[in-house]
Amino acid sequence: MNTLLTKKKEPIDKLAAASGRSLGAEALRRMLRSPVAITGGAITVLFLLLAIFAPLIAPKDPYERYLQDKVSLGQGIIPGAQPGFPLGVDDFGRDYLSRLLVGAQQTLLVGVLATVIGVLVGVLIGGLAGAFGGWVDTVLMRLVDVMLSVPSLLLAISVAALFQKPSQWTVILAVSMIGVPIFARLLRGSMLSQRGSDHVLAATSLGVKRTAIVFRHMLPNSLGPVIVQATLTLATAILEAAALSFLGLGDPDPNRAEWGIMLSRAARQFLDVRPELAYYPAIAIIVVALGFTLLGESLREALDPKNRR
Amino acid sequence: MLRFLVRRLLQAIPTLLVLSILIFAWLRALPGGPAAALLGDKATPEKIANLNHVLGLDQPVIIQYFKFLGRAITGDFGSSLVSSQPVMGEIGTYLPATIELGICAMIVAVVIGIPAGYLSARYRGGVADNVIILLTLVGVAVPVFFLGYMMQDLLAGPLGLPSQGRQAAGLDATSITNFAILDGIMTSEWDAVWDAILHLILPAFALATIPLAVITRITRASVLEVLNEDFIRTANSKGLTQPVVRRRHVLRNGLLPVVTTIGLQTGALLGGAVLTERVFNFRGLGFLLAEGIERRDYPRLQALLLFGALVYVLVNMLVDVSYGLIDPRVRVR
Repeated sequence: MNTLLTKKKEPIDKLAAASGRSLGAEALRRMLRSPVAITGGAITVLFLLLAIFAPLIAPKDPYERYLQDKVSLGQGIIPGAQPGFPLGVDDFGRDYLSRLLVGAQQTLLVGVLATVIGVLVGVLIGGLAGAFGGWVDTVLMRLVDVMLSVPSLLLAISVAALFQKPSQWTVILAVSMIGVPIFARLLRGSMLSQRGSDHVLAATSLGVKRTAIVFRHMLPNSLGPVIVQATLTLATAILEAAALSFLGLGDPDPNRAEWGIMLSRAARQFLDVRPELAYYPAIAIIVVALGFTLLGESLREALDPKNRR
Repeated sequence: MLRFLVRRLLQAIPTLLVLSILIFAWLRALPGGPAAALLGDKATPEKIANLNHVLGLDQPVIIQYFKFLGRAITGDFGSSLVSSQPVMGEIGTYLPATIELGICAMIVAVVIGIPAGYLSARYRGGVADNVIILLTLVGVAVPVFFLGYMMQDLLAGPLGLPSQGRQAAGLDATSITNFAILDGIMTSEWDAVWDAILHLILPAFALATIPLAVITRITRASVLEVLNEDFIRTANSKGLTQPVVRRRHVLRNGLLPVVTTIGLQTGALLGGAVLTERVFNFRGLGFLLAEGIERRDYPRLQALLLFGALVYVLVNMLVDVSYGLIDPRVRVR
């Protein structure tokens, strides 16, 4: 059987070489030509670099209360921008620029972890349903239907409200639940459509084991849409985390420099005094969410076989 | 058609049953158990034991579940910890405000979204198309509550629009149904109608952004797809005028997926209402929920979560049914 495989493999590879590029290379080439993809990619890369190097770039210690004695929230006084504090300070007298920079790291952490958990659980559910079919499929998909029947923010609220003491982790867990049913559906659909496809039939008739078919043939071929959806989910995860913070279900630790927390604190507590303290993190969130969305949309377009020439 | 309707109704039952099990489990997973959660700060060991007995929590779980189901079906969710009022009564009082706001937001989203999406598709690749697409992408990326505050901060003053509550402080409007506009019309208090409309404008636009962006994009994609269909080429080549082709062929077929989207977007509306109503102090169900979260009012949260899911399931069922009415092909399947 091995000889059969290798014999067959060579001409196929040559055929692929003759036609030019693989789907991945083709997609990359197409993305490099699209301004939308480049904008989205540039924002994402910049955000990632910022998140990694923020502690080194931040001009001041983001947790040190430099100007605390000059703040009086009761009298509506928060010092504005001044030498050394280009964006001013927050209600604890901490340097806002440094907090925004370090905030990139915390925001990325929340977004990425929530998305990753959502992908893992969703792919597990969808993969099991798609691989086994039958009653496993019915039971799991019924569960997914129920999760989808609750509006996404209400789903996150109900998970977050389960915990007496909200923390960063309860927020991440709650936000990740929004993605679970979406990823499960996506993967199941794509795996089901492959069960009847020629390459799975070929592998089955060659006597390849079922687990190998699932992991080597069906899963890798289903990952494209999941990656696209994950990129888009990164944007919504950051937004939903901000919404939870705003509703009082976020991390109550006032030291945590995360854009959603900073935005909701500024919006709820000192919007009248210093509206710009809400605007800075809001703009940061909007730009990053836009970046992820642009990247995700252009990935979707690039990976779509219909656009292949 | 009737068979389709009945089948669709029956399909919703298992979903709702599983949902009720999850909500039942949810209350049991709360810190300290349901009795402690329901009593809140007032909890003492005796009170907890007493409530456990009253709620039947000393009975087997299966019996508890069916009792819970029975109470849920009759709309008995206990009393709010904040107001001590029965939760179902509260929902009844606050629901009209949210319906009013939701309908206004949906009208804004549909009235702007469908023409914008259509324009975008018709002039594909042009300046208008690019601007519209960019706006829809930004619209989805803005945190809803921040948008609300921004409108209060930047628009309310210059436009002379109220930014808080449902009614001006000095106005003494008669309340019959709690639908502010409807009440005003019924009692011919036209200043109350006008006041209610003014109070709806900013929150409705804030709430509409996400559905608006989604409806615009779906309309665009759908119209683009229809424009490539064979029957459009046929219609054009048999000499129909452009307005006729657009109205009878492009729009009619292009709007089908939009109907589904409108149903799905009620979910976004329900979530968005929590944020918008909190920002604008607009006293509807979303405000009730936001307040319930802040005070950890679990009976209220439980009822509102179940209610929200129920509404969402029902609306999507209605959409499916209306889809069957518009497009006969759906019924056959």
